[in-house]
Amino acid sequence: MSQVTVLGAWSSPYVYRVIWALKLKGVDYEYVEEDVLHNKSDRLLKYNPVHKKVPVLVHAGKPIAESAVILEYIEETWPQNPLLPKDPHERALARFWIKFGEDKFGALFGFFMTEGEQQVKATKERQEQLTILEEQGLGDKKFFGGDEIGMADLEFGWLAWWMDVMSELAGVKGIEAETFPRLHAWIQRFKDIPTIKEHLPDRSAMLTYFKGGRAILLASAKS
Amino acid sequence: MAEQNKVILYGTWTRPYVKRVELALKVKGIPYEYVEEDLRNKSPMLLKLNPIHKKVPVLVHNGKAITESLVIIEYIDETWKTGPRLLPQDPYKRSQIRFWASYIQQVFEALVMVLKTIGEAQEKAIKEVSEKVKLLEAGLKGLFPDGIPSVDEYSKNVTLLDLVILANLGGYEAQEEVLGVKIIDSEKTPLIVSCITALIDLPAVKESRMPHEKVVAFLKFFRENALNSAAA
Repeated sequence: MSQVTVLGAWSSPYVYRVIWALKLKGVDYEYVEEDVLHNKSDRLLKYNPVHKKVPVLVHAGKPIAESAVILEYIEETWPQNPLLPKDPHERALARFWIKFGEDKFGALFGFFMTEGEQQVKATKERQEQLTILEEQGLGDKKFFGGDEIGMADLEFGWLAWWMDVMSELAGVKGIEAETFPRLHAWIQRFKDIPTIKEHLPDRSAMLTYFKGGRAILLASAKS
Repeated sequence: MAEQNKVILYGTWTRPYVKRVELALKVKGIPYEYVEEDLRNKSPMLLKLNPIHKKVPVLVHNGKAITESLVIIEYIDETWKTGPRLLPQDPYKRSQIRFWASYIQQVFEALVMVLKTIGEAQEKAIKEVSEKVKLLEAGLKGLFPDGIPSVDEYSKNVTLLDLVILANLGGYEAQEEVLGVKIIDSEKTPLIVSCITALIDLPAVKESRMPHEKVVAFLKFFRENALNSAAA
């Protein structure tokens, strides 16, 4: 019996961060798919009563929620293939960018929830945040974590796979090589890492799912 | 060499996120220089040290800047081994502390909404924050099954979560005075209150405590401003 269980949803980038971290460290786990939209399990509600969300990591019967908290727990419990640097200042920088990713998710995602003039504004906002990421977060590094991928790369991993699908559905540009050469190159490198490559949700399934998602978001914005 | 190890904290006295870091430095007995920033007139130094967010707190150590209050506190805990460990050794306990510290940000933002609104909007905000505070109280019950430790025990075991509770929720009495509404009180949220009460008595905390009247005055000013700009 596996000591580690992940409660997740197949389309969630937050869940994938946890999956990637476990896989990169060679940790075996049992995955349980939650129907978060229509039918949350009793187990999920018991393990995450505060937010009632995925991902939840359960280790030896003890639950941990919030992907950033889970990643730190994984890093501390299974130190092999470290995802954070050793130097305290470098660690602080990695954590700064992780927090940036959490705080700016709305700004990066807003274009998907809007249309017309609002979308033009939201897309501009997205480009501004991406510029900060490109120039100051990633800079000239190979990965956010330096020469190897780290926790910050996992935080922004959704930009390498989900952003493209969402941009296509929303009718806006993705992260193109012309506008964001460094981020674009990082995306290719990130997706090429075998562990990441093997653990990405199916693109056509995402197109169907997020198309429906966008319709719902636009409809609720109008009501 | 002394310049190398110098610690400078850029802050604003009204900001709980700054208070968290101040408390961490004091509780661990780390000497530091404090620079008060006027957020309506940010210094060039602040803008240079935190170009992305242009906010306080910023900690400068060995000439390098660290921003984001919880990131700073983890940095402090990893760099200075004196004083209590702000995060315990055990990964699971650490995860619980990080989880609840992060949740308190939501609680705090909900509290601020109550300050910024009136009438129906405020009723809604009060309902929301009351639910969150209830969940926090339940969470603390899980973390402190035997109740809140005494001041003496606390002085050796104070954690990042305690500092966050004190910084963000410690002004609850002043809030009550300004709003005329009890959100955190010994009846509804006994653990949160006991936690704050015990922490206030720590020597490191006592010496830097803002007088009640000053906090009340600031909260009144903040509320007036918010309501005026909402009406404008």
